[in-house]
Amino acid sequence: MPASLVLPVNAVAATPSRSYWAMVWHQLRRDPMALFISAILLLIILSAVFAPWLAPDDAYKGSMLHRLLPMGSEGHLLGTDELGRDMVSRLMYGGRISLLMGVIPVLAAFVIGTAIGLFAGYVGGTVNMAIMRVLDVFYAFPSVLLAVAISGALGPGMSNSLIALSLIFIPQVVRVAESVTTQVRKLDYIEAARMSGAGAFSIIRVHVLGNVLGPVFVYATGLLSVSMILASGLSFLGLGVKPPEPEWGLMLNTLRSAIYTNPWVAALPGALIFITSIAFNLLADSVRSAMDIRR
Amino acid sequence: MLTYIFKRVLYAIPIALSVTVVSFILVYLAPGDPLNAIAPADAPAEVIQALKSAYGLDRPVPVQYGMWLLRAVQGDLGTSIASGRAVAGEVLSAVGNTLLLAGFAAFAGVLAGCILGALAGYHRGSWIDRAATAVSVIGVSIPHYWLGLVLTIVFSIWLGWFPAMGAGPDGSGAWMWDAAHLRYLVLPALTLSVIPMGIITRTVRALVAEMLEQEFVVALRARGLSGRAVFRHIAKNTAPTVLAVAGLQIGYLMGGSILVETVFAWPGTGYLLNTAIFQRDIPLLQGTLLVLCMFFVVLNLVVDILQPLIDPRMGRG
Repeated sequence: MPASLVLPVNAVAATPSRSYWAMVWHQLRRDPMALFISAILLLIILSAVFAPWLAPDDAYKGSMLHRLLPMGSEGHLLGTDELGRDMVSRLMYGGRISLLMGVIPVLAAFVIGTAIGLFAGYVGGTVNMAIMRVLDVFYAFPSVLLAVAISGALGPGMSNSLIALSLIFIPQVVRVAESVTTQVRKLDYIEAARMSGAGAFSIIRVHVLGNVLGPVFVYATGLLSVSMILASGLSFLGLGVKPPEPEWGLMLNTLRSAIYTNPWVAALPGALIFITSIAFNLLADSVRSAMDIRR
Repeated sequence: MLTYIFKRVLYAIPIALSVTVVSFILVYLAPGDPLNAIAPADAPAEVIQALKSAYGLDRPVPVQYGMWLLRAVQGDLGTSIASGRAVAGEVLSAVGNTLLLAGFAAFAGVLAGCILGALAGYHRGSWIDRAATAVSVIGVSIPHYWLGLVLTIVFSIWLGWFPAMGAGPDGSGAWMWDAAHLRYLVLPALTLSVIPMGIITRTVRALVAEMLEQEFVVALRARGLSGRAVFRHIAKNTAPTVLAVAGLQIGYLMGGSILVETVFAWPGTGYLLNTAIFQRDIPLLQGTLLVLCMFFVVLNLVVDILQPLIDPRMGRG
């Protein structure tokens, strides 16, 4: 009898203890949906990164003779756009700008938002109140409207739309980081660390950050899809990237005149925005459930 | 309850004020001189000076803000630099059109989302649950400006059922309640409704599924209540959350309709914003932004006040 009591304990001890993130990674690798989506995303990302080597044609050089060719034309698998540029090449190059414009604001918001949230939550009191009330103002604007207004006021251009998108995501990330920090700050072990003489900076780095990163990471992955849609949307409105730069939202805009003659080709850039955005969304769902293993 | 309403209204005042500040400051972010739109580049200095004082641009910024706010409260949003017409009038007629579009889209989206979400919550794991999950993921992931184009291709170009652009057969932008005008509303409203449909489906599904596991529902069932009577209890308990989410969606739709309005050439606030941005028409940009954001602030307030009215538990807190 004692042997059966001892065995499970031994079994637990025998498996090497893994860190939380390693367990999340393990969980994700066993999720077929996550694998499938990652494969699609990887395909999109790789074809964007290696566009200069993989693209069959020049993405900028047009030909008046070959304007708006339908899909499956000779030499142009997905047809050509309104200036006779090869769609396959344009879409591959477009992925570089579109993906960057979708990811950069989220990264910026992740870093800046976490920093502000940690600071506000850790300092607490009136300073925290002041920071959070100021950020409340951003919630008084519908986010799409705010993004359009900021990048409209700053003037069209890629960097301005990146600023506009970062500005609308930062307050959201701050809220997540601040609420976790405030909860953690009151716990006994933080108090113990402070008693033992640890400085504020090292307490945040060692004890608080680990708790905050998880929820903020989940939140930020969820923002990726919104960011993709909005970034391309700004370019679609003419507020983002300028022609002749290939970008999915801008391509969708310039191809609008072709929807009567060549609807399939005109819809292509938008389809790519959709696929990327839904892949980001589903991946965020997978990450969220994989990170739930602690509970 | 009255104290709650009073407190909530008081809280809305600083928010509303900050919104006016942001709407005003945004303009100072703008590079370039707003006068470039009316005065030629080689205008003599006296003319520029006269124009500046006519628009109040020679005063210090806080004074300009005060003057602007005082006039805005009285309903005077200035004169559009590009068209020379009163901004308030232009914004008002555009807001009507946007409200129409956003209202229809929110109604359709919320209704469909509630039905789909409730069905999915009741039959978890079934095909309808999977369909509802797909709808909610697609709803929040689809670039709706692209969906608008696809719907135009299918329903307007191929099938010829609905017009592709504009808000009426005469092209004036003035709305009338007849079949000819309603046909123009179908595609943009359908496009816009996908977002709230996705979000409401997800919310209702989660709420209903959670509610069905609650002890009080099990107890109700054990006491022999019919399915319909149990459903009434569930509906009552989900209503406050759904109302809060749906109310905000109308606000988001009003702000977010700019992309869909561009696709369908719908003469609403989005169209106005577009004009204002590309013609650098600062008063028009300020005015449109201010009206839309005030609308959003008021909507938030109304939702917060309505919520405890339908959910008595919240008023006491």
